Amino acid sequence: MVSDELDIATKTNVPARNDETPVQYVNELTTLNLGPTHPATHGIFQNILQMDGEKIVSGEQTIGYIHRAFEKIAERRPFYQITTLTDRMNYCSSPINNMGWHMTVEKLLGIEVPKRAQYIRVIMMELARIADHLICNGILGVDTGAFTGFLYLFEERENIYEIYEEVCGARLTTNMGRIGGMERDLSPTAIRKIKEFIQRYPKVLREFENLFNRNRIFMDRTVNVGGISAERALSYGFTGPNLRAAGVDYDVRVMNPYSSYEEFEFDIPVGQSGDTYDRFMVRNEEMWQSLRIIEQAINNLPEGPYYADAPQYYLPPKQEVYKNMEALIYHFKIVMGEIDAPVGEVYHAVEGGNGELGFYLISDGGRAPYRLHFRRPCFIYYQAFPEMCVGSTLSDAIVTMSSLNVIAGELDA
Amino acid sequence: MQLTNRSKQVSNKEMTMAEKMYLPSIVQGLAITIKHFFMKKPTIQYPEVKRYLGPVFRGHHVLKRDEQGRERCTACGLCAVACPAEAISMVAAERKKGEENLYREEKYAAVYEINMLRCIFCGLCEEACPKQAVYLRHDRMVPVFLERDDIVYGKDKLVERLDDRYVRMNSEVKATPTEPSLTKAAT
Ligand code: SF4
Ligand code: SF4
Repeated sequence: MVSDELDIATKTNVPARNDETPVQYVNELTTLNLGPTHPATHGIFQNILQMDGEKIVSGEQTIGYIHRAFEKIAERRPFYQITTLTDRMNYCSSPINNMGWHMTVEKLLGIEVPKRAQYIRVIMMELARIADHLICNGILGVDTGAFTGFLYLFEERENIYEIYEEVCGARLTTNMGRIGGMERDLSPTAIRKIKEFIQRYPKVLREFENLFNRNRIFMDRTVNVGGISAERALSYGFTGPNLRAAGVDYDVRVMNPYSSYEEFEFDIPVGQSGDTYDRFMVRNEEMWQSLRIIEQAINNLPEGPYYADAPQYYLPPKQEVYKNMEALIYHFKIVMGEIDAPVGEVYHAVEGGNGELGFYLISDGGRAPYRLHFRRPCFIYYQAFPEMCVGSTLSDAIVTMSSLNVIAGELDA
Repeated sequence: MQLTNRSKQVSNKEMTMAEKMYLPSIVQGLAITIKHFFMKKPTIQYPEVKRYLGPVFRGHHVLKRDEQGRERCTACGLCAVACPAEAISMVAAERKKGEENLYREEKYAAVYEINMLRCIFCGLCEEACPKQAVYLRHDRMVPVFLERDDIVYGKDKLVERLDDRYVRMNSEVKATPTEPSLTKAAT
C-alpha cells in the first residue's frame, strides 16, 4: 500500500521527501487546466499544470485546438492564393507574413523586386511589428493588472489598421502585396497617414513607458519571472525578441538582410537575463527602432515602379488585357495558377512579429507547392513554456506566457 | 552573446530610491489617467456614426453593369477559380435574341452566387475578373445575417441596381494593374 503511493510520488516528479510525509504530499497536488478557453491565455491552447498549492510542479502543453492544416491546404492552392493562409497565422502582424511569403516565391521564381516596392514593404512590415509589439506589451500590462496602458496604446493600433486599409483594403486579414511587388502604389492619403503616425506615436509610446518602465509594482511582477538563459533559449531554437531578451543580438533583418534592410540604420535591443521584464523592454525599444526605420524609409522612398517587370507572374494592367493578346494570355495563366514555376527548394526567413518566420518551399514545377513548411516561432516558444514556469506561481506563469507572445493562430497554423 | 555591433542594452533592473517607493509611480499613473479624462474621445458611436472607409476597402460584392445598363459578367469562371475560399459558383447561359440590352456578352451568368459565410473578402475575384464585372464596394459592408437562407447571395443582391450605381471614384488612387479605375473609360 505504502509502496504504491510512493510510486505515484515518483511518477509525478515530486522530489522525494523524508519518509513520514509523502502520502499527504501526493494527494495535495492539484491538476489545473489552464485553457483552452481561459481568459488569461489569449488564444486557444491548453496547459495541464500540476500545482502544489500556488506553486507549479510540472506542466504539459496541448496544442492543436485551432489547427487548420494550412500546410496541407497550401499543397493544392496556387502560389498567389497562399497569401490568404499566411494572413491567419500571426494575425497581429499579418503583413509580415504576407511579405515573407511573397519573398519566398520571388526567390523561387527569381524575380527582382524594384526598390520602391521593397521600401513600401519595409514600411508595412515595420508598422506590423509595432502593432504586434504594442498588443503584446499592452496585454502584459493587463495581465499584471494595469488596463490603462493597453487602452491608450490600442488607439494607435487602430491608426495602423487604417493605414493598412488605405494600402490594401482590409484591416486584419490584409492579403497585402502580390508576388512581384505591391498590388498598388502608396496613395497620398496613405503617405500622409504614415507621416502623421510617426509624428504622433512617440508621444503615446513615451506615455506608455512612463506608466510601466520604472513602475515598482510592474517591476515586482516581472523582474526575474519566467527567465530563460541564452544557452537554453538557443537550444530550444528561440529567435526574435524572446532571444534578444536573453542577451543574444540575433536579428534576421541584420544577419540575413532582405527587402533592402541593409540600407536602414537601427539598433538591436538586447536584455540581460531573458526574464519577462527584459522581454517587455526589448519590445518597447524595438517599437522605437521600427519608428526609426519607417521614418528613414518614408523620407527616402525611391521613385519608380512598385512591381517587378515579370509579366508572366504579375497580373498585367486591365487596359492591356483588353487590347493585348499576350497580356490576356498571361492574365488567364496567372489566375488559373498555371505559371511556370521552376523545380527547387527555397527557404526564406523574415523577422516576424515575434521571431524568425520561415517558409520552406519545395516546388516540383506544378501549380501549387509540393510541400510547404512554415517555421512558426510561437510553436518553439510554447515548447519552452513548462520549463519556464515550473517553480513559479500561477500568476507568474500567466505573465510569462503573455510576454512570450504565443499567438494561437501561429502556434497551430 | 554578441553577434553584431548594433546591439543596445535596454534593460536596467536596479531601482533607485525614489522608484523603490510605491507612491510616485501610483501618483504618476493616476495623473496620466486623469489627464485622459479631459482628452478628446477616440471612440465613435457606431450605428449612428460610421467611420470613414478607405477608397480601396474590400466590402460588399457588386456585379457591375456597363454604361447602358447591361450586365458585364460573361460567366467565364475566373473569379471562381481565383477564390481561395471557393465561395463563388455560377451557371452560364447563352444570350437569346432580344436580350442584347440585358447582357453585354453572348454568354452570361444565369445564376451567380457568393456564399458569404465562405468569403474572406480577399479581393482576389476582383483582380481576376477580365471583364471588370465583380467589385468589392468600398462604401458598403455585408450586413449581419440572422437567417441561414440569407447567407448565399444570388444575383438579386449582387447585381448593381440601376438607380444605385456604384462608382469607385477617388482621384488619389491611380488606376493600377490589379485595381482598374471605374472611370468613364473603363465602363
Ligand atoms: S473576396 Fe475572395 S473569398 Fe470572397 S468571393 Fe472574392 S475571391 Fe472569394
Ligand atoms: S465576374 Fe468576371 S471573372 Fe467572374 S465569371 Fe463574371 S466575367 Fe468571369
